[in-house]
Amino acid sequence: MSGAVGREPVFPTRQSLGLMKSKLKGAEIGHSLLKRKSEALTKRFREITRRIDEAKQKMGRVMQIAAFSLAEVSYAVGGDIGYQVQESAKQARFRVRAKHENISGVLLPQFESYTKEGINDFALTGLGKGGQQIQRCRETYARAVETLVELASLQTAFLILDEVIKVVNRRVNAIEHVIIPRTENTIKYINSELDELDREEFYRLKKVSNKKQRDVAAADAEILAARQKEAERLAQNGTPAQEAKKAEEPEVTDVLGEQEDTDVIF
Amino acid sequence: MAASAASYKDRQLLAVIGDEDSVTGLLLAGIGHVTDPPEAQRNFLVVDSKTENTEIERAFVNFTQERKDIAVVLINQHVAERIRHSVDTFADPFPAVLEIPSKDHPYDPEKDSVLKRVRRLFGE
Repeated sequence: MSGAVGREPVFPTRQSLGLMKSKLKGAEIGHSLLKRKSEALTKRFREITRRIDEAKQKMGRVMQIAAFSLAEVSYAVGGDIGYQVQESAKQARFRVRAKHENISGVLLPQFESYTKEGINDFALTGLGKGGQQIQRCRETYARAVETLVELASLQTAFLILDEVIKVVNRRVNAIEHVIIPRTENTIKYINSELDELDREEFYRLKKVSNKKQRDVAAADAEILAARQKEAERLAQNGTPAQEAKKAEEPEVTDVLGEQEDTDVIF
Repeated sequence: MAASAASYKDRQLLAVIGDEDSVTGLLLAGIGHVTDPPEAQRNFLVVDSKTENTEIERAFVNFTQERKDIAVVLINQHVAERIRHSVDTFADPFPAVLEIPSKDHPYDPEKDSVLKRVRRLFGE
């Protein structure tokens, strides 16, 4: 357990090393993709923020003009039309519909205003006088509302993007600071364990071959000693050939006996 | 993700909470809508100095959370100021809550809940 991120609970085998390596690769690809997504969204986000700022300024102006045209109306009509308007409103003529735009996998709604034809709740408003002003006022307000709808869709996009960017950034950070280091740690761990095993194995083999060498040397020394003895005996007795054979044969079989017989397969 | 297609498909209307002039003007533009007679509901509320805050709040909650056919809620800034807490805590993308200036109260970007977030994000 090195560092704060720890490692994953796996057995240090070659298979899980392969798994971890492909996982690391995947995490790196995912990280770069998400990073790019986050950048694209942020770019969009900044643009929207700028446009919101502009639209808010514009809204201030437009609403001022609209309010002024309403003042004109009340001057021309010579009274308050508020009550009449409120009572005669029945069906919305001005409506919005939502379309959506896809920004790297995020659906951003966009309101689009449209007027429903055939609905006119205010046919009688301003019939006595001031009809023209009222007409103009309606147009001005319709334009103002269009601006407002535009602003509303920007604002909605702003809220959604804000949330999505937070989520994406959280993912990017999680991959960058938790998943990748942890996988790297795991790989390091597995590698060190495998190395350890390798060293152990090497040491064991060395030990075994040492032992074998020692055994062989001992056997050689024995044979040599036996031969010498033989030679001495021969020198004394003077019957070399048969005795030598007798003495040597078991030794030869002994040397062969060290190698295993090949299995006989039926 | 909050924005599933179904959540804004049938949102077609705009709602308004504001003083008499703003409401009159917006109604003239044709956003006024009254639902069919049993429990007729208007999508606008006229606020004057005599209107209680609870009534404004009720209308705001009604427009933002109960009614599913409203896409944008327009609210006068000085009215929003009176129920600032509700406006600030409402953070869903739908419906969009938009603070608009009124005739007597010029627009102050500092008070707008969305612009406040914009400012905060960019550290201005």
